[in-house]
Amino acid sequence: MIKFEQVSKTYAGGVKALDQVSFHLKAGEMAFLTGHSGAGKSTLLKLLSLMERPSVGRVLINNHNLNDIHKGQIPYLRRDIGMIFQNHCLLMDRTVFDNVALPLVIEGYSRREIDKRVNAALEKVGLMHKVRCYPTMLSGGEQQRIGIARAVVNMPPILLADEPTGNLDPELSKEIISIFEAFNRAGVCVLIATHDLGLIARMKYRTLTLKEGRMINDGLIHEEEMAFS
Amino acid sequence: MSLLFSTRSSGVEVRRLTLGQKFFAFWINHVRQAMHSLGELWRTPMASMMTVAVLGLSLTLPVTLHVVVKNVQSINHSFDEAAEISLFLESNLSNREVKNFIKRLEIMPEVSSVSFIAKDDALQEFKDLSGFGEALHYLDSNPLPNVVLVTPSMKFRGPQAAKRLLHKLESTREVDIGKLDIEWLERLNAVVRLMEEIVYTVALLLLCAVVLIIGNTIRLSIMNKKEEIIVMKLVGATASFIQRPFLYTGMWFGLAGGMLSFIVVTMMLWWLESAIGHVAGIYGGQFTLTGLLFSEFLVLVGMAIGLGLLGSWVSVFRHIKEIEPDKI
Repeated sequence: MIKFEQVSKTYAGGVKALDQVSFHLKAGEMAFLTGHSGAGKSTLLKLLSLMERPSVGRVLINNHNLNDIHKGQIPYLRRDIGMIFQNHCLLMDRTVFDNVALPLVIEGYSRREIDKRVNAALEKVGLMHKVRCYPTMLSGGEQQRIGIARAVVNMPPILLADEPTGNLDPELSKEIISIFEAFNRAGVCVLIATHDLGLIARMKYRTLTLKEGRMINDGLIHEEEMAFS
Repeated sequence: MSLLFSTRSSGVEVRRLTLGQKFFAFWINHVRQAMHSLGELWRTPMASMMTVAVLGLSLTLPVTLHVVVKNVQSINHSFDEAAEISLFLESNLSNREVKNFIKRLEIMPEVSSVSFIAKDDALQEFKDLSGFGEALHYLDSNPLPNVVLVTPSMKFRGPQAAKRLLHKLESTREVDIGKLDIEWLERLNAVVRLMEEIVYTVALLLLCAVVLIIGNTIRLSIMNKKEEIIVMKLVGATASFIQRPFLYTGMWFGLAGGMLSFIVVTMMLWWLESAIGHVAGIYGGQFTLTGLLFSEFLVLVGMAIGLGLLGSWVSVFRHIKEIEPDKI
């Protein structure tokens, strides 16, 4: 589903964010992406949503080379990828409903379809009763769940999450991850960038570890290994 | 259809609309977005009103100047109609020759009407009006010539055309001399033309100002909504989807500004009408101020909307591109 082939990314000014990264994430797979701050996690996700382009190498989604996608097609690409952010990027002056409905409004769904899908998405994250609230009236964990609902409302085959549990306590983090697991069970390919190593260790999912732009580990990380790192 | 996943369908395809429904939905969508933009303006009434007031006043000046030029032109035209050519005929012509000549004049395309003043009538009139009545009895013969007054048709009333017509008429055998006092007409025309040029230059500058004002207002509104634009880009909004509300905002500003300027000009004319009537009365003239016609109102509003769209488009085109999610 997601494939990196010898991808390097050098920012203007010579900062090398990614160095010959290769990996393959299969359809329906869930994986963590980890590493210290500045190891290139965000850059890797940005290459997938075409916020950045690779300097060298190819990024493929469903065997489509992203280098072939021109600027005008980027919005359509992003409709196939659900993205979740650490600061959840909600619109504070719109209700929960309007926030979650945004991707559907953009795609031109009918009012009835929007109602149906928004309710379904909110139900999945357990926030049906907050549909008329504004994001400022919600707690951090609830806001993050709204962000997830927005990401999945148009049922994308891929979910990317950038530090989704960054601001949450362990209990809430677990809750959020279990939501991701539920989507993964439904066949969605999930890639979660996080530096919460404790969380990863408990989960026993495939983990891609970046260090200074290089992929240093691709596989399971156990708690014992973690103690050394 | 999805770009990457051939089996995934997008919103529009799920609905399976007929062509007619799509057409209908397209317009409904636009109306909805237009109303949304209007609602946004409504939510910040003071700021919106200030912008509309600035636009309205910027448009008022060119519109006022236009009304002035229009009225001066109408005065000018009424003078144009006085552009009459007097032809003094040769004294040795027989009555038949004179009649023939008048007939020939009447069928000329350049001539709209001809009136003949026979020399006897002229003498009689002169006797009655001049006060030389008695003295004129001592003349053996009538010294006055027959006179034909020619009013040129519409196309030949301008100073140049009237002059050409005069030369043509003078060259005929029957005419002794022709007279057309057009120098003052030429001067008046030149002044009016100069005024028009000035008015249109000023108007052009002010219309540029309108575009800039709207452009700047939209720019500020884009900057205010930076976060929202970033989020929309992240969830897959196309550039045109993001731009549309701003273009509608520009349109509403233009519309409101145009309406306001129309109201201001109409009120101003109403205010000035009595004063102008007074001045015209002193000069013994009959003059009514012509206001804006309905067609001119439509042109004004249409132009204001056009300028609004242009201003917002310039701004949207420049600034929405700059806002990209990779900056976060």
